[in-house]
Amino acid sequence: MRKFILSFWCMLSLCVIGMAQGHEGHDHSHDHGDHAHGTEAHDGHAQGGDHGGCFHHEEQFNPGNVAFHHISDQNVYSIGPLQLPLPVMVYAQNGGWDFFSSGKFHPDGHGVGEYAYNKYVLFEGMIHRVADESFPGGHINLGPHNVGEKEIDGRKRVFVCYGGNQYEALYKSTADGGLFGGGITNFYDFSLTKNVVSMFLVFFLLGWMFIGIARAYKKREGQAPSGLQSFIEPIFVFIQDEVAKPFLGHKWETYLPYLMALFFGILGLNLFGQIPFLGNANVTGNLAFTAVLAIFTFLVVNLSGNKHYWEHTLWMPGVPAWLKIFILTPVEILGLFIKPLTLMLRLFANITAGHMVLVIFVGLIFVFAQGNWGGVLGTSIGSGLLTIFMMSIELLVAFIQAFVFTILTASYIGAATEEAHH
Amino acid sequence: MIYLANFTPILPDFGLIFWTVIFFGLFWFLIGKFAFGPIRDALKKREGDIQDALDEAKRAREEMADLKAENEKVMNEAREERAKILREAKETKDAIVNEARDKAKEEAKRIVGNAKAEIESQKNAALVEVKNQAGMMALAIAEKVIKKQLTGDSEQEKYANSLVDEIKLN
Repeated sequence: MRKFILSFWCMLSLCVIGMAQGHEGHDHSHDHGDHAHGTEAHDGHAQGGDHGGCFHHEEQFNPGNVAFHHISDQNVYSIGPLQLPLPVMVYAQNGGWDFFSSGKFHPDGHGVGEYAYNKYVLFEGMIHRVADESFPGGHINLGPHNVGEKEIDGRKRVFVCYGGNQYEALYKSTADGGLFGGGITNFYDFSLTKNVVSMFLVFFLLGWMFIGIARAYKKREGQAPSGLQSFIEPIFVFIQDEVAKPFLGHKWETYLPYLMALFFGILGLNLFGQIPFLGNANVTGNLAFTAVLAIFTFLVVNLSGNKHYWEHTLWMPGVPAWLKIFILTPVEILGLFIKPLTLMLRLFANITAGHMVLVIFVGLIFVFAQGNWGGVLGTSIGSGLLTIFMMSIELLVAFIQAFVFTILTASYIGAATEEAHH
Repeated sequence: MIYLANFTPILPDFGLIFWTVIFFGLFWFLIGKFAFGPIRDALKKREGDIQDALDEAKRAREEMADLKAENEKVMNEAREERAKILREAKETKDAIVNEARDKAKEEAKRIVGNAKAEIESQKNAALVEVKNQAGMMALAIAEKVIKKQLTGDSEQEKYANSLVDEIKLN
């Protein structure tokens, strides 16, 4: 066991060192590129500024930025230096539907597109649309480093340099209503993004696995479970006996498929996001995903609420009327919405924080080891250990958060379906 | 100058909401229907089967215990029965033996009594016979004596003596 841990750690630190070197090399090549563009003549297609792109790659490594970049949903699937193109399906209010591959943007190693397509550009793997109507449509070569961001009023905004002008490009429409800085912009993105593809992949694999297991139960009836069946069975029985049965009483069978879908869906996606060097999709750490699960839970809870539940929520018996009108009922009604909101935020915050901490720990190498080998080695070992520690914690968190979401959902359903017993 | 990029995971975009509703909905519906439901039912059935088997075993064990108790009871009864029979047999035997002995004693007594009576009667008969014989002998002697007397005295006496000797010889 000790031997195994040691060899695993050596492998990981080697990988980290490799990545560090790769990253350094990458940055240098960009620097060279910039210098080259500064001194040599452009090829005919380059339309950017005189420096071969009006946005310089940030000189200083910023782990916060890298972390935000890594946890974001993207229109390319990046595995190491690979930027796998994904299908883009976008709808603009004044441009209609567009379907194309994100490979059309010719993203560089940081997911910044060198081309624009029908006014869409790619910045850090995320699709943006130029707001200005004078920007030309079609497939346009912008040249490298011509999509970048500037800080205006404390927010970063994306700009495109083209033909000597700067055009602002907007992020896709989001459903937060401006609460977190999003809102309705000039287009909607229904693309199969990294998160959507990861979700599909994980749900498909889980489905395949569980249908196989269900078939094994049918085929091996009256026999002891074997293989995958015996691996999943204790977890399944744990959720069934410790979550579904105690909270839902005799109605547990009806709600078991929902609880299982929640638990294994969240767990699968949590774990998938933690596989190193496989894109680290942050699906369960995206508010859109957790919001949908919370809405499903809200609907399941309140649509199965019985008379007893609504009576206790809206008009608690045995409490003076004025207390009910001014305090109890408003609080209870708020509670109806706060419960799924906490579910949504808890899962989102835990998984996002985990991903960010991991990226930042790895990022420490690039902060402290500025290109010299000793520094790289020293910080790799330190960060490697911290990263392994965090990864083990995250493995635990993956299970705990899936379990917490499921058990709280079960308790809310249980409270809504509980029979009156006075 | 360090700027933070925009924190996009907190911005719920419509596309991801749409696809999550579709994919999670499908996952819930299809896998719930074709995997979680059947697995739940299979586990429940197996649990029921195991409970049934345990109950069955318990019942069999109880039955066995009952049977054993029954056997024990029957055995005890048989043992008591045997003891009773043996005791009775012994009593009967003793009774028979005693009776036989008493009877034998009585019989023996009777036989002895009969024998004594017979002996007595035989003895009496013999005595009567002896008396008769002696009488007859006496008569014969007397007759002969009388006859001899008629012929000589010495001769008579001699004769009488020889007769007496004759009697002795008898």
